[in-house]
Amino acid sequence: GAAFGGARALATMKHVGLNVAADPLFTAAYTGVSGALVVVSADDPGMASSQNEQDNRRYAAAAGVPMLEPSDSQESYDFFLRAIELSERWRMPVILRLTTRVCHSKTVVMTRQDFPAPSRPRFERDVKGRVMIPAYARIAHRNLRQKLGGIQAWNETSDLNVEFDGDASLGIIASGIAFMHAREAAPGARMLKLGFTYPLPIERIRRFAGSVERCVVIEEGDPVLVEASRAAGIEVEGKADMYRFGELDVARVRRILAGDTSPEPVPPRGRPPQLCQGCPHREVFEVLSKLGCIVAGDIGCYTLGVLPPYEAMDSCVCMGASIGVGLGLRHVLPPEEAKRVVSVIGDSTFVHSGITGLVEMVYNPPPTGHVLLILDNSTTAMTGLQEHPGTGRKLDYQPTGRVVFEDLARSLGIANVHVVNPTKDREGFEKLLVAALESAEPAVIIARRPCVLAMRKMKKYAEIAGGAENV
Amino acid sequence: MSDNIVINVTFAGIGGQGVLKASDILADAAFRAGYDVKKSEIHGMSQRGGSVTSDVRIGKSVLSPMVPPGEADFLVVLAPEEIEANRHRLAQPAQCCEDNSCCARSAGGVLIDTSIISEDQLEDKRSLNVFLLGALSAHVDIAGEHWLAAIRAALPAKVHEVNERAFAAGRLAAGSI
Repeated sequence: GAAFGGARALATMKHVGLNVAADPLFTAAYTGVSGALVVVSADDPGMASSQNEQDNRRYAAAAGVPMLEPSDSQESYDFFLRAIELSERWRMPVILRLTTRVCHSKTVVMTRQDFPAPSRPRFERDVKGRVMIPAYARIAHRNLRQKLGGIQAWNETSDLNVEFDGDASLGIIASGIAFMHAREAAPGARMLKLGFTYPLPIERIRRFAGSVERCVVIEEGDPVLVEASRAAGIEVEGKADMYRFGELDVARVRRILAGDTSPEPVPPRGRPPQLCQGCPHREVFEVLSKLGCIVAGDIGCYTLGVLPPYEAMDSCVCMGASIGVGLGLRHVLPPEEAKRVVSVIGDSTFVHSGITGLVEMVYNPPPTGHVLLILDNSTTAMTGLQEHPGTGRKLDYQPTGRVVFEDLARSLGIANVHVVNPTKDREGFEKLLVAALESAEPAVIIARRPCVLAMRKMKKYAEIAGGAENV
Repeated sequence: MSDNIVINVTFAGIGGQGVLKASDILADAAFRAGYDVKKSEIHGMSQRGGSVTSDVRIGKSVLSPMVPPGEADFLVVLAPEEIEANRHRLAQPAQCCEDNSCCARSAGGVLIDTSIISEDQLEDKRSLNVFLLGALSAHVDIAGEHWLAAIRAALPAKVHEVNERAFAAGRLAAGSI
């Protein structure tokens, strides 16, 4: 909407977030934008903190959206500004694809002062371009392919792709963080560093590959560049399948270049994380474990409930999956098993993608009922204590409207809604849960106690907010 | 640090100990001293008591932000129980790469850990990370003024003095490594 209105818009998410945003992304490629729309999405090869290692370079090709891939902090800064320029120039969304090590690193950055100011937002009526009924979308799809053709031609000579001269016996094509590892692993090689990776400058790749005796593609994750090059009839070497898994680093790139497929050294395992001392989730998982519940879990700190000593989680798929999975299990399992099923979801995950699940629970209740347990620690603890619509504060901690979970559940038609502090009243929590499991009615139990890491911060915000009111 | 030499430092410890703060301070001090510097870590679970490591690489020009396994010149470990899990990161004497061409580390990497702290040297255990930075500073070519500026920039004013003393004590203790 902001980009339709002529503004510069930014949307950020990790790799799996783009799955959720895929629906608008694919059609926004058709509609284009009046201002700029940059989608920043970070993949997590190696799954430092994710449930899969999907390669979002596939999305650029699937949706037909240009993609830039920076390899350090300076390029992240520069390429972001370039993405705005490209988006404004071609009037379409642009994806800035990052990976774990580009995000979780700090490198020296020189800032730019010369970036042009955005133009003033204004509404531009373009019914055929923006209303994607089939008749108009058919035209829009043809327009998109034409635009991509123009962008590819432009990208063939773009300065976002850089060649490094070196010995012609070895040529390396790389993008993103893989470039840094490869440059270090083979400093003497001739290199083609791709910064603008969709649509690929395929003729430039062809010329480069033709200029060297051996041409190796170094890429993390899926063989995207290898497949695209080979499909265009360019002979390149890829990596052995074992390097498709996990992150690359300098040592692994050396192995790839040497064709070494011997087993890699396995580093000693570090200490696993655990729920903090004083974490309100601890009591909840103690009770779930004690009662032998079948727990459909979700994404957050509380996923640690799967580890000893609790081992009280039976599934974790994606944000919001706990409710759908729990309902599905309730529908199909024999009653004695179905009655043990509980969906467990955190507060921020619930507002992100749990609400439609709750609607489904009202609309298609399983014969044995169901229990939805919202673990409300009043923050997004997992990612660094961010605010969310259930806290009553904006990301900058200013007071705003608050979604009250118990009111929401009741308004949807759930009669059994309970709020309990699991730390102060563990017994009461257990009783509530036992009663809800025995009942055939859908029930929502909100286990509410602030995260121990957030408590001090929350007090400060309350003081600030109180102080402001007193002025 | 002459041409093409990159100094690799890996910090290790438990979430909440100040591992990331220590690597931030080193990176800032190196930046202030005019070096190219890159740092990298995975900290999704760092506040939940899990193992945390952070890499800092310093030189004229640094490429990859990650210290390759077995190439750390310095391994700074804040929790004794994390030493063994991270020892493989240290450069081995004279064999950090096959032909020894990548670096001049024939002596092998240096472990800096809490065993260098003798009684009463550390007045506030929350300054442990800065104490070990002090020990590291004895081995790295970064002027004291840059270290102190980085420490002051990273910490609130009320703990500047105690941390400056911890840094000095750590630098002194480095003689025992």
